[in-house]
Amino acid sequence: MTNTSHEVAKGPHHASGAAPSALSAHSIVKRFPGVLANDSVDFDVLPGEVHTLLGENGAGKSTLAAMLCGLYQPDSGYISRNGERITLSSPRAGLHHGIAMVHQHFRLVERFTVAENVILGSRDLSYKLNRSELEDKVAAVAESYGLPIEPGATVGDLSVGQRQRVEIVKALYQGAEILLLDEPTAVLVPAEVEKLFENVHAMTQAGKSIVFISHKLGEVVEISDRVTVLRNGRVTGHVSGRGAADTKELARLMVGRDIELTTQRASHATGHEVLQIRDLSLSLNGVSVLSDISFNVHAGEMVGIAGVAGNGQRELADTIAGLMSPSSGSVAISGSMTTDRGPIHARELGLAYVPEDRLGMGLVPSMSILDNLLLTRDRHIVVDRTSVRPEATRLIEQFEIKANGPDHVARKLSGGNAQKVLLARELSGGRSATKLLVVCSPTRGLDVGAIETVRALLDDARSAGQAILLISEDLDEVMSLSDRILVLYRGSIVHETPGATAQLSTVGAAMAGLTTEGNS
Amino acid sequence: MNSNIWVLASADSVAIATTLILAALGALFTERAGVLNLGIEGILLTSAITSFLTADASGSIWLGLIVGSLVGALLASIHALLSVVLRANQIVAGLALVIFGTGLANFLGKPAEGKTVSTIIRPLSFGPLSDIPLIGPVVFQQDIITYASIVIAILSSLYLFRSRPGLELRATGDDPATVDAQGLSVASIRIRYTLFGGLLVGLGGSWLMLAQSAAWHQAATTNGVGWIALALVVFAGWRPMRLIFGAILFGFTLQLPFTLQAEQITFIPSALMQMLPYLATLIALIALSRPSTRNKLGAPKSLGIPFVRDER
Repeated sequence: MTNTSHEVAKGPHHASGAAPSALSAHSIVKRFPGVLANDSVDFDVLPGEVHTLLGENGAGKSTLAAMLCGLYQPDSGYISRNGERITLSSPRAGLHHGIAMVHQHFRLVERFTVAENVILGSRDLSYKLNRSELEDKVAAVAESYGLPIEPGATVGDLSVGQRQRVEIVKALYQGAEILLLDEPTAVLVPAEVEKLFENVHAMTQAGKSIVFISHKLGEVVEISDRVTVLRNGRVTGHVSGRGAADTKELARLMVGRDIELTTQRASHATGHEVLQIRDLSLSLNGVSVLSDISFNVHAGEMVGIAGVAGNGQRELADTIAGLMSPSSGSVAISGSMTTDRGPIHARELGLAYVPEDRLGMGLVPSMSILDNLLLTRDRHIVVDRTSVRPEATRLIEQFEIKANGPDHVARKLSGGNAQKVLLARELSGGRSATKLLVVCSPTRGLDVGAIETVRALLDDARSAGQAILLISEDLDEVMSLSDRILVLYRGSIVHETPGATAQLSTVGAAMAGLTTEGNS
Repeated sequence: MNSNIWVLASADSVAIATTLILAALGALFTERAGVLNLGIEGILLTSAITSFLTADASGSIWLGLIVGSLVGALLASIHALLSVVLRANQIVAGLALVIFGTGLANFLGKPAEGKTVSTIIRPLSFGPLSDIPLIGPVVFQQDIITYASIVIAILSSLYLFRSRPGLELRATGDDPATVDAQGLSVASIRIRYTLFGGLLVGLGGSWLMLAQSAAWHQAATTNGVGWIALALVVFAGWRPMRLIFGAILFGFTLQLPFTLQAEQITFIPSALMQMLPYLATLIALIALSRPSTRNKLGAPKSLGIPFVRDER
C-alpha cells in the first residue's frame, strides 16, 4: 500500500508545511443570473488557523462560504477536505465532513431552550429525549471550549452575543472541525466582540479551523492569521502572518483604489437649535419604548445616536418624523411644535427623513427615480413631470447616481445608488428648504466606495448648516461622524459625550447598559 | 331537577368530545408544522359519508373507520399539495377544501339519504364499574374510540414535548429556516404532518358518523364541529393535554341546549345556547388573525406562512 495523502492528513498538523489544508477550494466558479459571483477562487484554511475572507458587500465572500458549507454547489472547481476531494450536496453533507456555518442571522428557535436548539437536527439522538441528560451534555461541550452558556435558558431571553455563542456551541456539538463565521461581529457591541475573539482563540487552540468573513478592517487585522481579499468575485490579494496586515493595504485591495477611511470633522460653528425634544416618552401596547428623552440638535451640527438595534432608535426617528405620536413630551422643529400634527406638518417645517428601510419606507421600488422625487415635491392634482425632470437629471449628476436617467426604476438600483437617490431627494428639499435631516443607518449594506460617498454627502449637508440626527447601529460610523454622541439603551439616553473625545470603550459599555457612573 | 338527565348530559359531553379531540388533534399536528388547514369541516363530512357507505356496503364498522380515516388523509393531501408544494395562500386553499369537501360529501351521500347504519359502535362495558353512580356512565360506558382519542392525545403530548421528531416538528412550525439549515426537509415534515392530521380528522369524522349520528343528515351531520375544533386548538394553546379538557367543555356546551330542553328550562332561548360554541369559534379566529394575540397564545410562529429558502 502506498503512502497516500490521506494518511499524511492524519498526521500532527503542526508538522510545518507538510500538513494539508483542513479545507480548500480550488478554482471555484459560481454564476448567478447576470453575475459572476466567484471567478476561479482559490482558498484554504489550515487546522488551528483563522483565515479571513475580506471583501465588500457583493464581493462574493458569502457565496464562497455558502459553497464551502454545502448550501450552494460550484459551477466548476472543487472543494477538498484534508487533501481529499469532496462533494457537498447540502449543509447536512457539510456537517458530515465537520464543516459548520454560523449564519449572520441566527438559525435558532426562540421558544426553545439553549439545549433544545443545540441538539435540533443532530443525527445521533435517541428517539426519546431526556432533558436533564441533554442539558448536561450540552453544558459539557460548551465548557470544554470555555463558552459559558446556560443550557436550560430560553433562547428568546438571551442577548445577541449569547445567542451567537449558542450557535457556536451547536456547531461544536455537531462535531464541527471547521467553523465559518459569517460577519459575526455585525450584531455585537464591542465588549461582546472581545469575548467572541477569546472564544475564537480557544477554538483554534483546540485545533479547529476558523473561516472569518468580514468587511471590517480593524477587526480583521486583529483576529486573522491570514487574510484573503475578494473583489468582484476574484481574489485580489493574500496577506499572511498575524499583525502583518496593514489596514490601508487591505482597504486598497478591497476597493481597488486608495480610500480615506476617517472623515475629518471640520471645525465649524453651530447655530440655533433646530430640533428640540423635551421629555419624550412613548409606549406601545403598554410597553415603554422611549422614556424621558430630551436633547437638541443645532444648525450645522451632527448628533449621533448610538445603540444596539431594538433599543428604541426606530421609534425615536418615527416620532420625530411625525409618524408616531408620543405618549408624553414634545418635539419641536425650528421652534414650532410638531407633536401630534403628522408627517406633512413636520416636512413643511423643514424635516427630511431617510428611514432605515430604504426600499420599503424610503422609496417606492416599482416607481422611477423621477416619480419617487415627485413624492416630496408640491402636490397638485395633475402630476407635473416635465417641470421636475430637469431637477431629477441634475440630482443624478450631482449625487453621481449610476442610473439610465430619471426614468430608471428604483428597484433596479444597487443599494448604494438607491440610498443616494433617497439622500438626493431628502437633501434637496421639497415643500420647504431642508433644515433638519434625520438619517437611520445610512450606510448599512453599502460597499466601501458608496459608504465614503454617503458620508461625504452628510458632511456637506452639515457644512451647509443643516442640523443632522444620525441614528446608526454602526458604532464606528457614529464615532467618526458625530459632533455629539448620545447612547440609547432601553429607550433612555444613558450617556452623552462630545464626538471628538469619545472613547470606544465608554460608549460601548453604555450601549451594553453598563453605566460607568457610581460603580467603577 | 332530574339528576339522571345531568348524568347523561355529562356522559354525552365526553362522547361528543371524541370527534372534537380527534379533529382538533389533527389540526394541532398540522399547525405545529406551520400549516393552517381551515378545511377540517370539509374533511370531516367527506370522511363521515365514506365511512358510512363503506360500513353499509361491507357490514364492517372497522373497515368504515379505516376507509374514513384514509379519505381524511387523502383530502389533506390536496391541502398539502396546494399550500406546501405550490405555496398557495393557505387560508384560500383551506376554504376551498371546505367547499370541495362539503360538495363531495353531499354528492356521495345521495344514496345514503334516509338510511341508518345497521350496526353502530357500541359502548364498552366494565361490569360493576359501569354501574357506579355518576362515574360509571361518564367514565366506564364509553366506546373504544373515545378511550382511544384520549390516549392518542396523551401520546401526542409526549411525542411533541419529549421526543426527537416532536422537537423537529415544533421547530418547523416556529422557525422553518432553522430546520432547513440543519439539513432537514421542511416540505417533507409539513406534508407528513398535514397528512397525519388529515388521518386523525378523518377518524373523528368516521366516529361521528358510526357512533353518534348513525344517519346521514348532509352538512348537519357535523354541524360545524370542524370549525369548533379549529377554535379549540387556539384555546388549548396548541397543547394536546389542554385540548382534552377544552374538548369536554365544548362538548358540554354543545349538548347543553338538549339537556335544558329536557329539563324544561326555557328562560334561556335554546337558539342562543346553540350559538355559544360558534361564538367562541368566531372569537378564536379573530384572535388568530391578530399577530400580537397570536404570539401571546403560543401560536407556531410560521403558521400559515409558506416556506421559501431565501436566496442570496
